[in-house]
Amino acid sequence: MTLELAANQGAVPTMPNMEESPLAIRGMTVSYGQKPVVFSVDMTIKDGSMTAIIGPNGAGKSTLLKAALGIVKPLAGHATVYGKPMAAQRARIAYVPQRASVDWDFPTRVIDVVLMGLYRELGLLRRVLQSHRDTAMACLERVGMADFADRQIGQLSGGQQQRVFLARALAQGADLYLLDEPFSGVDAATEKAIIAVLKGLREEGKTVVAVHHDLATVTEYFDRVFMINTRKIAEGSVGEAFTPENLDIAYGGRLATGQIDQLALAAR
Amino acid sequence: MSGAEFVPLSLTPMLIGIFAAVACALPGNFLVLRKQALIGDAISHVVLPGIVVAFLVTGAVSAWPMMIGAALASVVAVVLIEAVRRLGRIEPGAAMGLTFTAMFAAGVLLLEQSDTSAVHLDVEHALYGNLESLIWLDAVGWESLLDPIALAGLPVELIRIAVTLMAVCAFTWLFWRPLKLSTFDEGFAQTLGMRTGWIGLALVIVAAIAAVAAFDAVGSIIVIAMFICPPAAARLMTNQLEVQIVWSVVFAFLSAVLGYVLAGYGPLWLGHDNAVSAAGMIATVSGMILALAALFAPCRKRAGAPAH
Repeated sequence: MTLELAANQGAVPTMPNMEESPLAIRGMTVSYGQKPVVFSVDMTIKDGSMTAIIGPNGAGKSTLLKAALGIVKPLAGHATVYGKPMAAQRARIAYVPQRASVDWDFPTRVIDVVLMGLYRELGLLRRVLQSHRDTAMACLERVGMADFADRQIGQLSGGQQQRVFLARALAQGADLYLLDEPFSGVDAATEKAIIAVLKGLREEGKTVVAVHHDLATVTEYFDRVFMINTRKIAEGSVGEAFTPENLDIAYGGRLATGQIDQLALAAR
Repeated sequence: MSGAEFVPLSLTPMLIGIFAAVACALPGNFLVLRKQALIGDAISHVVLPGIVVAFLVTGAVSAWPMMIGAALASVVAVVLIEAVRRLGRIEPGAAMGLTFTAMFAAGVLLLEQSDTSAVHLDVEHALYGNLESLIWLDAVGWESLLDPIALAGLPVELIRIAVTLMAVCAFTWLFWRPLKLSTFDEGFAQTLGMRTGWIGLALVIVAAIAAVAAFDAVGSIIVIAMFICPPAAARLMTNQLEVQIVWSVVFAFLSAVLGYVLAGYGPLWLGHDNAVSAAGMIATVSGMILALAALFAPCRKRAGAPAH
């Protein structure tokens, strides 16, 4: 059976709660070359939740997010955002790419990066007004980076760069926030600041989905878990899905048994 | 120098040099930041087979078919580079190097095989261009700038590069935000609904148009130098893209003016009789500006965060 066929068979056209879900993915299959990285994955994000996408390295976590956003072209499958195709809902989505995916030597300042979040409002030629700057500054304030507005982005530490990226997403004023490894390589203070902002978003009724790799903080930071290793392993509340059995399947013996038990105990 | 001498003999070549330099430097800023600077090199080489094929098809040395041939060749080259890169799974630089040397070689072969020796089309012309010969014979002095009859006799290359420069400026101004955003963060730009693939292609096509128009007047040496040297030197002067663009235009302008003057008078000052190639000197000056910027410019150090 070819990959396409298999993927199409795996696709389920509609599910009851797709309509209201901030992000519903059906039958998503992505491959780089011959090998599928994401295979026939369904995901239904709950409105107002904070979901961690977890799985071992190379499990397709980031790829799933990118495919849902249309950055990577999937072999099969599709994603809807609040019941409509992604392309019609861009204004409701904010995306924070992996920090390492851009060149931080790019000649631009912190405030300019945050203003990029207002592109949909500014368009090609509309002038940047004081009100736009005020919005950008308020977003920088929220992540504790207001003092750095005029810095060149290359002069920031890794954690500061990540906060600037988060500020740009805040400027987008979205309902659904998708973050790719927001805690990767950041200092403890930044991690605290970011999680505080994300929890604040959830309190406002927004939905947060983050690719996450630190299993030790899953229970503390998130209320839902989506576990993937090319295929979907589990999805649900942290209590339901973050179990030793699921972790064992997802990580396939790469975690020590004691480690798994500890993590799962914490989840209870 | 009096206007009576300067205007007919030096004004037009100088303006053509300046316009060509600026038209290449503007898209060059983005190409350098996208680590695609070599694409300027590639385009200026593949222009040759395009021009030769256009000549063989139309049988005449006329500008428009040649421009179209060159533009088509650039698009073919861009597609080939992508194809080689993806199918061969090799780095972009190698794919570019492969494509442009192969296409340039094909152009040289075509040129030799075809009966183009009688017309003004040869490899030397392709490299150095013919800046010094683009004089304005109808001019008698500064007053000719207001004389419609004299203006009608302006070299057609000047009009063409001026129009090209305006088009390049318009493109850069209109698509400033998408260009900047997609160069900095392509994935994010896509989530905003930007067609980053098309923006990248449009940038390369605009660079190709600038290269072709400049090539027509000044040869490929200037094109290659101007895509890289002024933007690279400008990057060392500032940490802001808006300011970098201004510096790159200043450096392109300086290279063109200084290069032209040094080529014409430099050898005389040194006691030689002959002037040297203006195109070669302009490219050399741009390289010297880059060297000076690398030694003394304020933003040479990358104070970036430590890599992880």
